[in-house]
Amino acid sequence: MLNILDLHVRVDNKAILRGVDLHVRAGEAHAIMGPNGSGKSTLANVLAGRDGYEVSRGSVAFEGEDLLELAPEERACAGIFLAFQYPVEIPGVNNVYLLKAAVNAIRKSRGEPELDAVEFLGLVKQKMKLVRMKEELLNRSVNEGFSGGEKKRNEIFQMAVLEPKLAILDETDSGLDIDALKIVAEGVNSLRNQERAIVLVTHYQRLLDYIKPDRVHVLSNGRIIKSGGPGLALELEQKGYDWIAGTEAA
Amino acid sequence: MNAAIQHYLDEFKQRRFAEGPLHETRRRALALFEQNGFPGPREENWKYTDVRPLRQRPFTSLGEAPPDPGAAGIDAARFKEMDCIELVFINGVYAAQYSRLAGLPGAVTLENLAAALARGDDLPASQLTRYADDQASMFTALNTAFIGHGVYLNIPRGTVVERPINILYLSKANGQPHAAHPRNLLILNEGAEATLIESYIGLDEADYFTNTVSEVALGAGAVLKHYKIQQESLNACHIGSLNVRQDRDSKLESHSIALGGALARNDIHSRLAAQGAAIDMNGLYMPNGQQHIDNHTRVDHLEPRTFSMENYRGVLNGKSHAVFNGKVVVHPQAQKIEAHQNNANLLLSDHAEIDTKPELEIHADDVKCSHGATVGQLDKDMLFYLRARAIDEERARSLLTYAFADEVISRIALPPIRGRLEYLVVGQLPDAALIREFTHAH
Repeated sequence: MLNILDLHVRVDNKAILRGVDLHVRAGEAHAIMGPNGSGKSTLANVLAGRDGYEVSRGSVAFEGEDLLELAPEERACAGIFLAFQYPVEIPGVNNVYLLKAAVNAIRKSRGEPELDAVEFLGLVKQKMKLVRMKEELLNRSVNEGFSGGEKKRNEIFQMAVLEPKLAILDETDSGLDIDALKIVAEGVNSLRNQERAIVLVTHYQRLLDYIKPDRVHVLSNGRIIKSGGPGLALELEQKGYDWIAGTEAA
Repeated sequence: MNAAIQHYLDEFKQRRFAEGPLHETRRRALALFEQNGFPGPREENWKYTDVRPLRQRPFTSLGEAPPDPGAAGIDAARFKEMDCIELVFINGVYAAQYSRLAGLPGAVTLENLAAALARGDDLPASQLTRYADDQASMFTALNTAFIGHGVYLNIPRGTVVERPINILYLSKANGQPHAAHPRNLLILNEGAEATLIESYIGLDEADYFTNTVSEVALGAGAVLKHYKIQQESLNACHIGSLNVRQDRDSKLESHSIALGGALARNDIHSRLAAQGAAIDMNGLYMPNGQQHIDNHTRVDHLEPRTFSMENYRGVLNGKSHAVFNGKVVVHPQAQKIEAHQNNANLLLSDHAEIDTKPELEIHADDVKCSHGATVGQLDKDMLFYLRARAIDEERARSLLTYAFADEVISRIALPPIRGRLEYLVVGQLPDAALIREFTHAH
């Protein structure tokens, strides 16, 4: 589904990603772990199409299509979803209407009929339960006045409604207490299926106690320096990132 | 003698205003205007607003009777779903046949100012020019010289007027470019309350000049919710001011929305003259094309424990130019006051220009004051967030622009006014149809 080959990315003329290879198949969950500054969030943002990232080498194919050619909204329509590390507050733009517009833009791009108000509301009600989203938050402006946990939950809620093919979760666990983390993880797990791939970007192993990845990759200094099964995350937790950096040097 | 000044002197002569208590006031004001003429760029208050386009055209308040827009034309300008007391003026002339004054509480006076003056009533005559200062602006002086039609409202002590008072100043082409000098005198005695809307609406693309002055006296504990909706024709000039004196614990809530006019200027000046007096000013201006819209506000904190809040926003497009100047003067004895001011601007075009200037003049030491002004483009993070949610760039931009303006409109408590303004504001934006999809369900 997602094939990243030798990806080099520069930000403000500084090399951040220096040759990343990653292959994610439908149905799989991959965790990208790494210390601060290793390039994890850069990878997530490049996949979603944020401005300011210069791809100097390499390619990213999504379902065989060149992803880097697409505008962010085209990527969203193609089935890519980024759960933001810092979901921005957008005063004056209503949460529900944003979602409805998003759902219908995606449906339209697939040649499906738009949902009417009743159908949409039914969908929203059903998905709200997944992440135990409070109804009062729905009609507020996007993320405005939400707590840190509510913002993250709203991201997963949006993901549940939009049903992407590939979900990229950028440090969704950061800033969550254990109860909120469990709710978010439950939501993510309920969305896992044979057609959907998930990329979890995280600093800590903690999230992976609740969302079991198929593969774990360690990103350091702009490169994936080690890949393995779920056990790798545990090993990292015990030995720290220095252990990996050490093995690489050796 | 400057031809532009002479033009108005001649007009004055031809109007043949009746002798009476106001005549001396008129003459003094005209002499002041004759002496000073129109303001030029060297005056600090007019530094960024060039009134030459206005000066160069011989707008006239003489001549033919105003055209009749017909009941349908008036209805279009009215608020739907809001039962208002209404005074209608067409090209500055009171239109009794379209006005609806029935149902006012007993002792409230609400009528065409010209009628009250013609009867020789002392009260409006003695109050006029007490709150608006002819010396401070030659447009006010010019208005004073031509005082005639307008609104005279006097609400007795303790009376609450529940229904909003809607004043429609409509303009329609009538051969020659016309001038109107509406004068409103609004007196709310102790404990009186009212909601008043001044709407200035161009019914077509006519070329005209509205020079309007409102004087407001708020007695102790009086509450006025004042809305000004400026939707003049895009070929019109509009100069307007709201001049207020506030007594103890009185409250003025002002909402000023400026959308129309080729050249538009709106001034608000309030004197907080006793403890507890408070003013809250909200404003939105959205010039486009070649429009020029200037907002000047001034609050004088004359006494301790007085409060002023101000939040103005501008959305500028095309080659438009806007000016914001917010002045707060804290007088020496005015301790423990609070004054907060904010002006935020969104530039949608590289050719639009804003001059924004907050001015704080503080002569007391125990005060809480703040001010801030920002000029910017749309927030990149917000834009990306929306696009990552499948909203295309064009629509995301429109939506964020609307949301920026809506911050001011959402403060309006009356749904019919808020709804009308939301509709108008969306209409000013690119991709209006797209945003309406988002907002009609609000």
